[in-house]
Amino acid sequence: MGFWEQFGIWLAALFTIGIISFLYKDNVLYKACEAIFVGVSAGYWFVVYYWDMLYKKFYQQVTDPVNPEWYPWLGVILGVLMLTRLSNKIGWLSRWPLAFVVGATAGLYMMVYFVSNAIVQIQGTIVPLAEGTAGDIIANILVAAGTFCGLIYFFFSKEHRGAFGGAAKIGIWFLMITFGASFGYTVMSRMSLMIGRIDFLFGRWLELIP
Amino acid sequence: MRREIPIAITFIVGLAYVIAYFIPHPPFNHFETWFTDWFVIIAAFAIWLGALNLLKISALKIAHKRSDWPFAALIIISFLVMISIGFIEGYRGIYADQPFQFRDPGTAFDWMYVNVYMPLSATMFALLAFFVASASYRAFRARNLEATLLLLAAFFVMLGRVPIGDIITSWLPYKYQMSQWAAWIMNVPNTAGQRAIMIGIALGLVSTSLRIILGLERSYLGGE
Amino acid sequence: MLKKELIVSALIAIAFLIAKFLLPKPIQFSRTVSVIIIILLALLFFFIFILTVKGKYIGRRVVFLLVGIALLLPFFMQFTLPLQISPEVRGAYDGLASLKGGSKVLASFDYDPASAPELQPMAEAFFKYCFDNDIKVIVMGLWPQGAQQANLAVEAAMEETPRYRDEIQYGEDWVNLGFQAGNEFVIVRMGESFKAMFPRDIVKNLPYDSIPVLKNVRNFSNIDYSINFSAGKPGTVEWVQVAVDRYNLNMAAGNTAVQAPMAYPYLKAKQLTGLMGGMSGGAEFEKITGKFGKATTYLLSQSFAHMVVIVLILIGNFAFFRERMRDK
Repeated sequence: MGFWEQFGIWLAALFTIGIISFLYKDNVLYKACEAIFVGVSAGYWFVVYYWDMLYKKFYQQVTDPVNPEWYPWLGVILGVLMLTRLSNKIGWLSRWPLAFVVGATAGLYMMVYFVSNAIVQIQGTIVPLAEGTAGDIIANILVAAGTFCGLIYFFFSKEHRGAFGGAAKIGIWFLMITFGASFGYTVMSRMSLMIGRIDFLFGRWLELIP
Repeated sequence: MRREIPIAITFIVGLAYVIAYFIPHPPFNHFETWFTDWFVIIAAFAIWLGALNLLKISALKIAHKRSDWPFAALIIISFLVMISIGFIEGYRGIYADQPFQFRDPGTAFDWMYVNVYMPLSATMFALLAFFVASASYRAFRARNLEATLLLLAAFFVMLGRVPIGDIITSWLPYKYQMSQWAAWIMNVPNTAGQRAIMIGIALGLVSTSLRIILGLERSYLGGE
Repeated sequence: MLKKELIVSALIAIAFLIAKFLLPKPIQFSRTVSVIIIILLALLFFFIFILTVKGKYIGRRVVFLLVGIALLLPFFMQFTLPLQISPEVRGAYDGLASLKGGSKVLASFDYDPASAPELQPMAEAFFKYCFDNDIKVIVMGLWPQGAQQANLAVEAAMEETPRYRDEIQYGEDWVNLGFQAGNEFVIVRMGESFKAMFPRDIVKNLPYDSIPVLKNVRNFSNIDYSINFSAGKPGTVEWVQVAVDRYNLNMAAGNTAVQAPMAYPYLKAKQLTGLMGGMSGGAEFEKITGKFGKATTYLLSQSFAHMVVIVLILIGNFAFFRERMRDK
């Protein structure tokens, strides 16, 4: 293994231990690692966005020897207007690129969310309830009822009383089970991340793991 | 005009995307192409804005010698080192005999990414594993029916998604073992709850997007 | 205070240096030792149970230590655990298994190294399966680090199976088109033309039209199957919303465990053909493809960690109910 590779592994191990040391208590090493993380992270995204966005989407397109494009110039003008946010006098100009971003997102999301997250999901809920095995029938009824009651819970324009309140209560029960399942999976995910770090520390660095 | 022009921009761009969804042919797909590239370029400038803001805050901390100012200096130094390496490697790659990308394996940027950024980022997120366990021990209580349902669902899912759950319930028929309970919870009540949330969000998003495109919702423009 | 911190730091540094240079490598516990350790841990938890019930809650640092032990010790044990394949993982596998030799699969790598412990094993098993069954892979990423993770997965597959280095040709059997900025807007444009988004690959910088595996691949309609490895946004949700529902792409997903519960409605509505959730999903995928890797190795640690959390929750709740009954 070369010097830089070895040095890199030791440095990565030092950073890993530095962050983990926060579990004992806040300390200088942790604070230093946190500061380095913030700086390196900002620098990483700064560089990536320059090369992958500005350079590829603007510079390479406008300077293409065969087919130069003109439209990226307008994107850069809007981008520069974004930076006017730092000034109090002309900061209002940053509203133009902001309006562009908000409009683009609203336009695309309105369609895709409506189709994928509303229509297709409703289609998937309204299924024949009397088909399949007994287990399938119960499952389909529960999914339909649970979705319906959950939606009733989220309808806050009417007071949750009587039958409406009862349905909302059932909706809460389904939502609690959903959150419990999400919690279980979140625990699994966080443990997996720590397993990866332990594999690095005790496997790659200390070479103790077979 | 300080508010009217942005509202007009929002309307035109939003409408272009809606029309392009139904008519993905010229000239509407051209609008989609241009707007997508502009969106990406603006996002790059937004990141630069964020980075400049970070530098400004850190520099002020150092100038006024506030507590923890050495760490603010460390932030600036790390930032400058990372961007220097990124730009140097990028331009070296363009003008090399055999062109390469700034992030290719073997470059200094890749080394910084693998040995500095990646361990710090991964460990920061991994720390949550410990806090989740500590919080569960101290605060996760079945105080009422709803909390009990949450607890039971988490219990079955955590046990059922690893083999130990099936080992503990191996004396039961396969249909009633822990992994089957976890699968049932994920496929039935979890799906119902997630669907309700999804549909609710989608309907809310559609109405908000429509209000934004039509200029009825203007809070994103801020004050005067 | 600073002196105490320095002493503790020095002791920890010495412990790590001893572990690095003086301990025999690798360490492997025999079955007997493993069983003894498990019994000792069980006794420790019983002791914690007694303390908690008496009202003496253990400190958070002790909990952290317990979690650390539960995560670390299984690495040195030699148990293998039986694993059931869930229907959602089987669905993902069946989608791949139904493909004929020469079929083209689009693989989107939308994660960073922080999520690699969960998703990288799935990716490696996926590549190994495709290489063995003459399935052509077109790699791309919506996250900057995703395309690099794909290269690492291929490299790991080739290191484990050296014959791939001779049999698998870059450009003919697989290609890496790299990262493209723009999130879901990239997918929208890919619906019209892949070449518009990815004019060149990132490994050899070849023009799109000169790459054999991309011959006759204009957009999603020329793809036989798709798989998405996702850790957040942009990821599976965006792919389903744009590529699946708008362009009728057949897709399976591998998600981090945090994201997986949110993907189940898509699975049930048949927008996804299969779903691999978290590390256990990865282990199941390794088992069903026969390409065992890190997910299977990590599963024992995962199991111990879950048991620790569950036992702590049960202890805490037992003490809570006992206190409640006493107050009544």
